[in-house]
Amino acid sequence: PRCTFWTLVPAADGHQEWDSNSRLARSRGVAFSYLAVGGKDRRTSVLIMDPECSRLLPALCAVLADPRQPVADDTCLEKLLDWFKTVTETESSLQLLQDHPCLVELLSHVLKPQDVSPRVLSFALRLAGAFAAQEDCFQYLQQGDLLLGLFGEAGALGWSAWSIPSVRSGWIQGLCALAHHPSALHFLADSGAVDTVFSLQGDPSLFVASAASQLLVYILALSMQGRDAGSPIPEVAAWPVCAQKIVSHVQESLHSTAAPQVTQALNVLTTTFGRCRSPWMEVLWGQLSPLVASLLKRDPIPAAHSLVDLLLSVARSPVLSSAACGPWEILAQTLHRLSPTQAGPLALGTLKLQRCPQELRTQAFGILLQPLACILKATAQAPGPPGLLDGTAGGSMTVDTLLSSKSACVGLLCQTLAHLEELQTLPQCPSPWPQEPLLDAAVIILRLCDGSADPSSSGAGRLCGTLAGCIRVQRAALDFLGTLSQGMSPQESMLQVFAILLKNLESPESSPTVLKKAFQATLRWLQSSVKTSGCSDLSPDALLFLGELFPVLQKRLCSPCWEVRDSALEFLTHLSQHWGGQADFREELQSSEVPMLACQLLQDPESYVRASAVAATGQLFSRGLQATPTSSENLQAQQGLLMDLMYILSTDSEGFPRRAVLQVFTQWLRDGHADVARDTEWFVTTVLQAVSRDLDWEVRVQGLELVQVFLTQTLGRFRPRCPYAVTLPEATSPTPHPEFLRTLCRLPLFEFVFRALFDCDRPVAQKACDLLLFLRDETAPSSGPQETRDGPNSASVEVALQRWQEGEQGQPLGDLEPEAMLALLRSLDLEGLQGKLAKSSDHIEKSPQSLLQDMLATVGMLEENEADCY
Amino acid sequence: MKLYCLSGHPTLPCNVLKFKSTTIMLDCGLDMTSTLNFLPLPLVQSPRLSNLPGWSLKDGSVFLDKELKECSGHVFVDSVPEFCLPETELIDLSTVDVILISNYHCMMALPYITEHTGFTGTVYATEPTVQIGRLLMEELVNFIERVPKAQSASLWKNKDVQRLLPSPLKDAVEVTTWRRCYTMQEVNSALSKIQLVGYSQKIELFGAVQVTPLSSGYALGSSNWIIQSHYEKVSYVSGSSLLTTHPQPMDQASLKNSDVLLLTGLTQIPTANPDGMVGEFCSNLALTVRNGGNVLVPCYPSGVIYDLLECLYQYIDSAGLSSIPFYFISPVANSSLEFSQIFAEWLCHNKQSKVYLPEPPFPHAELIQTNKLKHYPSIHGDFSNDFRQPCVVFTGHPSLRCGDVVHFMELWGKSSLNTVIFTEPDFSYLEALAPYQPLAMKCVYCPIDTRLNFIQVSKLLKEVQPLHVVCPEQYTQPPPAQSHRMDLMIDCQPPAMSYRRAEVLALPFKRRYEKIEIMPEPPPRPTQPTSSKKRKRVSEDVPDCKVLKPLLSGSIPVEQFVQTLEKHGFSDIKVEDTAKGHIVLLQEAETLIQLEEDSTHIICDNDETLRVRLRDLVLKFLQKF
Repeated sequence: PRCTFWTLVPAADGHQEWDSNSRLARSRGVAFSYLAVGGKDRRTSVLIMDPECSRLLPALCAVLADPRQPVADDTCLEKLLDWFKTVTETESSLQLLQDHPCLVELLSHVLKPQDVSPRVLSFALRLAGAFAAQEDCFQYLQQGDLLLGLFGEAGALGWSAWSIPSVRSGWIQGLCALAHHPSALHFLADSGAVDTVFSLQGDPSLFVASAASQLLVYILALSMQGRDAGSPIPEVAAWPVCAQKIVSHVQESLHSTAAPQVTQALNVLTTTFGRCRSPWMEVLWGQLSPLVASLLKRDPIPAAHSLVDLLLSVARSPVLSSAACGPWEILAQTLHRLSPTQAGPLALGTLKLQRCPQELRTQAFGILLQPLACILKATAQAPGPPGLLDGTAGGSMTVDTLLSSKSACVGLLCQTLAHLEELQTLPQCPSPWPQEPLLDAAVIILRLCDGSADPSSSGAGRLCGTLAGCIRVQRAALDFLGTLSQGMSPQESMLQVFAILLKNLESPESSPTVLKKAFQATLRWLQSSVKTSGCSDLSPDALLFLGELFPVLQKRLCSPCWEVRDSALEFLTHLSQHWGGQADFREELQSSEVPMLACQLLQDPESYVRASAVAATGQLFSRGLQATPTSSENLQAQQGLLMDLMYILSTDSEGFPRRAVLQVFTQWLRDGHADVARDTEWFVTTVLQAVSRDLDWEVRVQGLELVQVFLTQTLGRFRPRCPYAVTLPEATSPTPHPEFLRTLCRLPLFEFVFRALFDCDRPVAQKACDLLLFLRDETAPSSGPQETRDGPNSASVEVALQRWQEGEQGQPLGDLEPEAMLALLRSLDLEGLQGKLAKSSDHIEKSPQSLLQDMLATVGMLEENEADCY
Repeated sequence: MKLYCLSGHPTLPCNVLKFKSTTIMLDCGLDMTSTLNFLPLPLVQSPRLSNLPGWSLKDGSVFLDKELKECSGHVFVDSVPEFCLPETELIDLSTVDVILISNYHCMMALPYITEHTGFTGTVYATEPTVQIGRLLMEELVNFIERVPKAQSASLWKNKDVQRLLPSPLKDAVEVTTWRRCYTMQEVNSALSKIQLVGYSQKIELFGAVQVTPLSSGYALGSSNWIIQSHYEKVSYVSGSSLLTTHPQPMDQASLKNSDVLLLTGLTQIPTANPDGMVGEFCSNLALTVRNGGNVLVPCYPSGVIYDLLECLYQYIDSAGLSSIPFYFISPVANSSLEFSQIFAEWLCHNKQSKVYLPEPPFPHAELIQTNKLKHYPSIHGDFSNDFRQPCVVFTGHPSLRCGDVVHFMELWGKSSLNTVIFTEPDFSYLEALAPYQPLAMKCVYCPIDTRLNFIQVSKLLKEVQPLHVVCPEQYTQPPPAQSHRMDLMIDCQPPAMSYRRAEVLALPFKRRYEKIEIMPEPPPRPTQPTSSKKRKRVSEDVPDCKVLKPLLSGSIPVEQFVQTLEKHGFSDIKVEDTAKGHIVLLQEAETLIQLEEDSTHIICDNDETLRVRLRDLVLKFLQKF
């Protein structure tokens, strides 16, 4: 049957994979046949030209050429083009054209553009380019002057549709595709296309302009092809005409006073140096670098961003960075000349280079540190370490002036903090790393933001006014502060950090996002305090800090803002995860009301908060950190929590809390938590009953995860405990323990897993399939002929499964005997099913036949489809 | 054009503007911080307060020990609390033509001005301002009058004595002008002089200037004022807010193109963001109540409390506080909660649209309905039966010097389980708490001030582009406690002109044009110049032209006139019809009143007071112009 998916639900792109949203699959009306035991997928999704496609192609070409039948959907053409590209990659284009004259007809038809829509024009240009990428096919098309007609001056350029950006873009992309062989180069030179490309560099459409620059790079590379081997590279003056033309155009542009032209030239060079590693680039850079250097003499420096990109591209290029005319001097000059905001990315890029002179690294690091050094200076903190402020006095002045404007100051600080944060985690991180001054700077910035800094100078007062209450800077500084926890810090600094963190956590002025960052930074610093104290216990400072932290956390758990409650709970979960086993921590936590408040938040009106509360209380309880400390109440409270979570699992209207409950349960089961271990079978049965009714596929997947943990554990119980024990071979054979099988059959486990196998959500089915495979390998790995006979109950079970597959989920599976279960496991083609499930849901619809049919159907039955839509 | 600055308090302004030939008073705020120097008025006999030791001078002399008491190192006046009035000497207040009120907090000194200065003009204010202002005054009078205090301390005010006192009494300004609270009669009389106005209504003053109230977004009915003539425009910006709380949003556009913008009433806590403070309020409230403690919120009976109740309405369920009772105790609690629901046209759009559903605009109606919020006039009566702990109590006065709050401070102060949360920004919470020390109760300071902050002001000024800005001196420098915060001051070009209490400012403003109308006939010269001592505005401009007696018009309906006479205690009244009209005979007083078409005569035998009384009754029926 004709699938109308493309016409009814146009996808954003043709490659949409499973997007974790099961409704998508359902809305497409895609039905699967999971249990196609012995069945065969008749359609293959290999993208080749098969007879069916060949049959459809003439009709499609006719449709495309017919202006009365407009193609409604661009994505179809894109998919079609993609398909043709794939075909030409594996097959001869010439052969293809000869086998399908309709394609050439289509291209010829386009030469009369008044009849064709711009969409089809753009498509045809790109299609022609894709075919002409093979030299023989290029010649073939040239014979009929088809290419000249399309790409030459008499072609597309003269069309009225040329004013439409997509047509210009198609023209460039077509040329990009065909620029792959020497014949193409001659064609480009003769057709005058290069001049057109020059002018398109300044096209109002950014896509066209960018593609034009790309094309120039292609052409340059193509014309220099084959000149690398052996012989030395001649000077530019001796290069092929086409290459010379491009180089002189770039030179002219670099001389230009108009910034956009300089930008274009720099972009072409950046791409060129970034793409290839041929020796001729050294000559090119040698020729152009004085021109690039001369840009630095202008004021203001034109196209500073593009200049930074170019220099970094040159510096990264192995050919150029080791060349005689290497980029280091010009890099140093540029770092010196650019404004702090512009120099920041260049400095970071320089520091990230694998190879770079040490002096330059020092300079770049100095530039990067400048804004922070300036802040330290303005707030009269201890001057930075030698090297931080030395030799940059002139530079600091400009930073000072920058700091007077709020937006510039905020932008620069955020950028600097982000750069330094990135740098610290890299292997290229400068050494020595000025940990202390940076820590001071981060703290002072946070204090300027919350207005608690005590400025002694007017500059600092101005800073305070500029940064007070600035959330962006606060967030960046907290992130940076968190990263700084990785370095070694003296004790005084730690105290300072804890104080400012506490201030941010405590302040009513902290916005929820700032608070979240503050929580994250706090966790990292607590972890680092463990590191510095040498043992796994928290340092005395950290303990003191915790004493003050819990009252703050208490307050935050009561916040009217749900984001705050949520991040506070997440923080609590992490805290207890890390330190739940430590006596000091436990004491501090249990003397506060935090566990009780976390419990109360299980009833929060906001589902995210409930989910976080589930995770937090689950974590607390598994660590024995619940609100009530006495042992008898303890048991009761714990039982209470188990029941509370069961209640949430079966009644909560939102998915997040239910997912969180299952995660907690799975963890409890894994850890052998006392309550769960007391009656595991009851626990699993109850959970599965709730999960099997759940509408959220993630909950069902999590339910399968729980089953898996249960199976592994139960299996372990019936196996020798020690894998190294010397036992007879029989004891380790995979013959299942009868009691194990009986346990499985006693629980509603199979019913749950089999239902999951037919789940309309693919991840659930996949997980169930994996689980059954695991079970089969563990219980019935080899199927001898005597074992394939079905037990008495197997037939009825299969009937039930068949019904489920057909969508009748109402019927229960019925009792299952261990033998029947084994037989069933053996009879299912689980591997085949696994393979099918691994394919994306729309693999059938992605086939080229389907695409061609759809396109034809759309055009042919446009009106009918319109009616369908309504 | 001159500005007389009568108040030094930037958020409780009182300024007089002389513009063209009019004298306009802009607000009359009452600085109540003076009450912080006094001992609280306990509603229930407090042994602790009554046993405080008297204060003695360093040399041991104890002549002030009756007036001054000492508590935890602070000295308080043991007397009825007194308020610091606006300057009354700087300008003859009887010459004030009109008073423009911008919000209910800025009218608390009105009775002092209208009743004791010879003021004869009109007061303009919006209806919610008047109604809620009345509630605030009524509450204040009630708080003070229901705890009668025989003693009125005055010895300490002697300049020579005051010098010897410890701070802050030593530094208190103008103590001799401090006055006791007004009475309800004075309040009623003052309020009767108010004429109600609506937003954007144009009010002509003597044909010389036009005044217009604009929504200021701060409180129910709060307004900014535009005072303009044909060629000049003065904008008066008082308490305004750009936050989306319950009132109608601020009208900024109409402030454009002002020659002078007088800017007062900015936030008192520029570093605190109201949202953060509300969060802090809720968290602390929940923590206290969960621990079994009580929460006390000293507050005014109107204003921020509406927003707090709305916030709690959303919060209590999520915080598991549904079973906790909320009490609102004020003599005007009921009226305040009800008034808030009926001023729909003065509310923000969201709340207005609720009225059409129809739903009450504020959710506190639902809190009351579900018995979560209960209100009582005082702690006596029903409240003592219903009282259940732990609970949350909203009550006044925020100064902690009078009202039911004094009782709760005494009751709950000893336990660290309880918390007092300060939300009103008008009083320093530390000073407010001073007479209750030592105090075990937790104190949380979450001042919620929704008025403009300096960032908003600088945006506003950029937007409306006034030629000159005039503001209290406090706004032209950073707050003393944060002298480095250059962002916490008004930054504009040209720099703002600043004023302080008792200063007269010549506004930088040249009137270049005047519109006059020339009549073909010269006006008749007044024949009977009056000998009024009052300086009237006309005399300023035309010195040789004396004021006319007002002309009267209208007729006197006899029946109503007789009823009025009877109401005023005249009995035995006879009415005789005559050819030209009526004769009203007051037989007992041997007096007759002749009412004719073109004249009215009162004939009585040598009793001038009676004549004047009767004249006034007659005049009530006539219109002056």
